[in-house]
Amino acid sequence: MTAVLPEPALGMGDRRHWVVVIEQAAALAKRSIILTWRTPGAWVPGMILPLMLAAVYSAQFGSAVHLPEFPPVDSFLQFILPASVLQGIAFGAGNAGTDLAIDIENGFFERLIASPVARQSVLIGRIMGGAVFSGLEALVLIGVFLIFGATVSSGIAGALAIAFIAALLSIAIGGFGVAVALRTGSSEATQAMFPLTFVFIFVSSAFFPTELMRGWYQSVAEANPFTFIVDPIRRLVISGWSWTDVGQAIGLTLAVAVVSMSWSYRMYLRRLDVK
Amino acid sequence: MTAATRLRPDAPDDQLAMVGEVYSSTWRSIAWMTRRNLVRVTRLPSIIIPMAVMPLFFVVAFTGSFDGVSDVPGYPTDDVINWVAAFALIQGSSFAGVGAAGAMANDLDGGFIDRLLVSPIRRNAILVAPLVYTAIRALVPITIVLVAAAIRGADMPGGVLGVTLVYVGGVGTGVVIGAFGLAVVLRMNDIKAMSFIQMMSFLALFPSIGQMPLVLLSGWLHSVARINPVTNILRMTRQGFLGPVTWADTWPGLLALVLGVMVFGGWSRYELQRRNP
Repeated sequence: MTAVLPEPALGMGDRRHWVVVIEQAAALAKRSIILTWRTPGAWVPGMILPLMLAAVYSAQFGSAVHLPEFPPVDSFLQFILPASVLQGIAFGAGNAGTDLAIDIENGFFERLIASPVARQSVLIGRIMGGAVFSGLEALVLIGVFLIFGATVSSGIAGALAIAFIAALLSIAIGGFGVAVALRTGSSEATQAMFPLTFVFIFVSSAFFPTELMRGWYQSVAEANPFTFIVDPIRRLVISGWSWTDVGQAIGLTLAVAVVSMSWSYRMYLRRLDVK
Repeated sequence: MTAATRLRPDAPDDQLAMVGEVYSSTWRSIAWMTRRNLVRVTRLPSIIIPMAVMPLFFVVAFTGSFDGVSDVPGYPTDDVINWVAAFALIQGSSFAGVGAAGAMANDLDGGFIDRLLVSPIRRNAILVAPLVYTAIRALVPITIVLVAAAIRGADMPGGVLGVTLVYVGGVGTGVVIGAFGLAVVLRMNDIKAMSFIQMMSFLALFPSIGQMPLVLLSGWLHSVARINPVTNILRMTRQGFLGPVTWADTWPGLLALVLGVMVFGGWSRYELQRRNP
């Protein structure tokens, strides 16, 4: 860490300041990845639960793929692949906020702020670490699906695109978690966000096509931003490569990430009492 | 009750009174510890809100997302709510069971259990109290799901007996998972055991007839669901939504619950015994 300490005189407008910020953020991101890797309890459940749900749902709803309204797919496993990957990422992304809240509770955050580390690095490093880990996690999840017979029609390029979107989604969701952690300083309050993420994923086209839903639930699911992210990813899995689908998924996820990161940065400044 | 078994019928009145006092003190201890846990719940919004909201969400999500499965040929009801209501309430009460383990984990962490173990309180009371607390807590999600299902238009041709079995199945599942959770927490002696208990309860509940009937399940899930005791509990709990209550659909569920309490209750008793100072 000492190799990347900033020079105190550098200002926000100085190009060298941002070089230092990026170097420090990379160091903190690396630390975050290593910490996550060494804490299997933080990421293993996030991988096992979606895989378990996928295994159960594909054996449970296998007969539903023959319904006329169901999109043409090879199997329910292929249909549920994008949902499982994004669900796994969403579960893991919540940890960024919880970890930060714990750091605030036990005083580590205050010590970090008191150290000569650029303020942006603390936030960017934590979120970027989670994003890189999520991208790798997505590739592993896709690999498990492939082993069990699912296919990705857009090939390796499609799988890499899905991993990239998963990393962006991790930033989007992680940003909200970090904002809540900074706002409340409570790990309990931050963890209470988890059911909300679950609701967002469930009330969408993630697990079942909206064409087979009815009433108000169908309207809500069709309007859910998560549906607009998961549908193009599913088309990459089912139909093949499409720049339009990649652009839609990346664009929307990026927009949500910008909103959540802006909010978390505002909360960060507020906690530091910087006007 | 070893003191009671050693007493002869002609034992002096003061000895009989002492035995009666021990029993009465055991029940008082259970009531006191149950009350303590219930008070703790009412003071923590982070527990109350998920307890009330999650079962409601299960009903809405399971019926909304998978509404179309009732169109699959062979699905036993024309409205998916009649099938998934039982699964939603069983899931809700499983959280109550996990909550019992959470209460025990907190008490272990704070040293309260160790203080109880050096006090003259009966060991069984330490285990029975969180399970009574689970049973009371499970009534909340069960009632919420029943009301939500009724509003959503669920049938109850099983009548009062059907509703009674809904409560028996829900409370019973909560107590079984609670007993399992107590054993795991006492074994691992760590709050991190909670995620393991939650995961294991998911693993037990999902590979069953929760969302689809056995005839429509395929491959490995059909084989697992057929022997999974949760299938019997669900069949017992659900029958009132689908038709009249029958003994053939009831006794396997009751047996699964009784065996679950005996096995996991025995295990948690053994784990508590290991902690004896």
